[in-house]
Amino acid sequence: MRREGSPWRGMGIVFLKELSDHLTSVRMRVLEWLVVLTGIAAIYSAISQIREVTAEDPFLFLRLFTRAGNQLPLSFVSLLSFLVPLVAIGLGFDLVNSEHNQRTLSRILAQPIYRDALLFGKFLGGLATIAIGLVALWLLVIGLGLVLLGLPPSVEEMARAFIMLGVTIIYAGVWLALAMLFSIVFRSPATAALVALGLWLFLTILWPLLSPAIAAAFAPGPITSAGELLSQLGTQQAFARVSPGALYGEIVGVVLDPSVRSTQQPLLASMGLTLLERGSIPGAPLPLLQSVLVVWAQIVGLIAATILLFVAGYVVFQRQEVRA
Amino acid sequence: MSEYVIEADELTKRYNGAAAVDHVSFKVSRGEIFGLLGPNGAGKTTTILMLLGLTDLSEGEARVLGHDPEREPLAVKRRVGYLPDSVGFYDYLTAAENLRYTARLMGMGEAEREQKIAAALARVELTEVADHRVRTFSRGMRQRLGLAEILMKDAAVAILDEPTSGLDPQATLELLEMIRALKREGVSVLLSSHLLDRVQSVCDRVALFQSGKIVLIGTVAELGRQVLGGGFAVDVEARGNGLAERLAHVPGVTAVEQKGPDRVRLLADRDVRPEAAAAVVAAGGQLFRLSVEEPSLEMIYTRYFQQQGGRHAA
Repeated sequence: MRREGSPWRGMGIVFLKELSDHLTSVRMRVLEWLVVLTGIAAIYSAISQIREVTAEDPFLFLRLFTRAGNQLPLSFVSLLSFLVPLVAIGLGFDLVNSEHNQRTLSRILAQPIYRDALLFGKFLGGLATIAIGLVALWLLVIGLGLVLLGLPPSVEEMARAFIMLGVTIIYAGVWLALAMLFSIVFRSPATAALVALGLWLFLTILWPLLSPAIAAAFAPGPITSAGELLSQLGTQQAFARVSPGALYGEIVGVVLDPSVRSTQQPLLASMGLTLLERGSIPGAPLPLLQSVLVVWAQIVGLIAATILLFVAGYVVFQRQEVRA
Repeated sequence: MSEYVIEADELTKRYNGAAAVDHVSFKVSRGEIFGLLGPNGAGKTTTILMLLGLTDLSEGEARVLGHDPEREPLAVKRRVGYLPDSVGFYDYLTAAENLRYTARLMGMGEAEREQKIAAALARVELTEVADHRVRTFSRGMRQRLGLAEILMKDAAVAILDEPTSGLDPQATLELLEMIRALKREGVSVLLSSHLLDRVQSVCDRVALFQSGKIVLIGTVAELGRQVLGGGFAVDVEARGNGLAERLAHVPGVTAVEQKGPDRVRLLADRDVRPEAAAAVVAAGGQLFRLSVEEPSLEMIYTRYFQQQGGRHAA
């Protein structure tokens, strides 16, 4: 059975309405200030650190994003990985159930559009709102860096920073799709928000502690060789990657630091070990394309997670009864 | 095009095996006001949602303006206006902004949009509050704003779900008058209500729902004849000689009761008011009052279920 007409009809209109709703909402303003203020604090503290430590670092500018300062022991990207989900959940937790509760859903769906258009428009409207905020923040950071470091970034640094921006938007998409799924499943916005926030806390705080323990349970015995150590680390990472935050961390860790050659390197380094590959010079910077290739699977993973969560919400929404 | 704007044929909707709507069939003619009446939970809203393509049919077939709402929902929704049960609007937007959003979804161009919004708001007397947020609106104003949306759409069919529920008597009268105005413009109206007497006055034909089934369908007078038997009682107040005698000979009159000096009640199988008036005038009498006591839906409904109950008991 083929439906008549395009499922995209009306999507642009829903998109623009959602965007304007978000951009004028008090909620969005609060979330934006939260991100901007903590972001600036992180940059300030990173800059003071960078000034003390490095003088001849070729990728000094990128350190703005990754270096944790003394005052605030969090780098800019780890802050983002923590706060972006909060913003996405804040925007997404009542996207669909508020239409039910305001009793506007049946009236809107009685207009000549498909449900697809409503859902896509809402998702893209939320994502565009976050993207606008992130782009503004990103430009602010670059600007602060230019002024405070007095050093222009190289083309490659800009390209890497730009990829990091794109990945951050995709990362926001994962959480927005998750929040929207809950807003479809739960009729009460409060329940949807609590469940989404609970999952976020679990994945960002508890899961990183739990996943090594679970991985250890799968380990065959005490580690005796480098190979076993690596495979053990691999299992541990595989479990950690259930959390989108872990994927995001791996991606920006590699993209923003050309000296990182594999996603296991930071883990090994934290144990005081260095992985030496045959034919490579330790510490030599990786070309941009190679850096991206190292984390290509993770980037695709984030995109896939967004699509999967969106599709799950889509299926539930299509089968849902319109009446309240 | 067919003379029927809505054709429902054996519509059935099952939720987990239980039928909420059970083989319901009816037709709505062009330019008619058709009422779906019955208690809450009898399946009226579900029937409406099936006609709009907002919920799938378990069985049966529906045609709205010649289109299948399941396969061509956009074609149906383009020409049908829908006022849901306790309609909602975006509280933080103004009345005009709410209409502007739906007008965009309908695909209206900007110039047409502004002109139609202004005209529709004027029709439902909301022009002064066009730029007020809907948050401040009363129930009646929201219902009227919902009607404005249908007017703006130039809908050929208006489907109104419980349009008068929760309204005070004054607001109800105003709304019913607006529904009549819709009919005058050639819009066919399907409305549902659990308040039988309120909507009796506007409906051309009604279907009475009970537990997912239509138990009675027709004009109120037809149903009255069907259920209450005898039909019409015409009260005549007239002065003259031998009037009772003459009135008894009017075709259709089955009995004449003398109710007082100059007052008689005619029991008839149809509305005999014109014939009775002619008879009085022909006899050289003076006619003061002529009224027909129409059967009320409430009465029909109650009597019908009493009869059903009696039959079940027997």
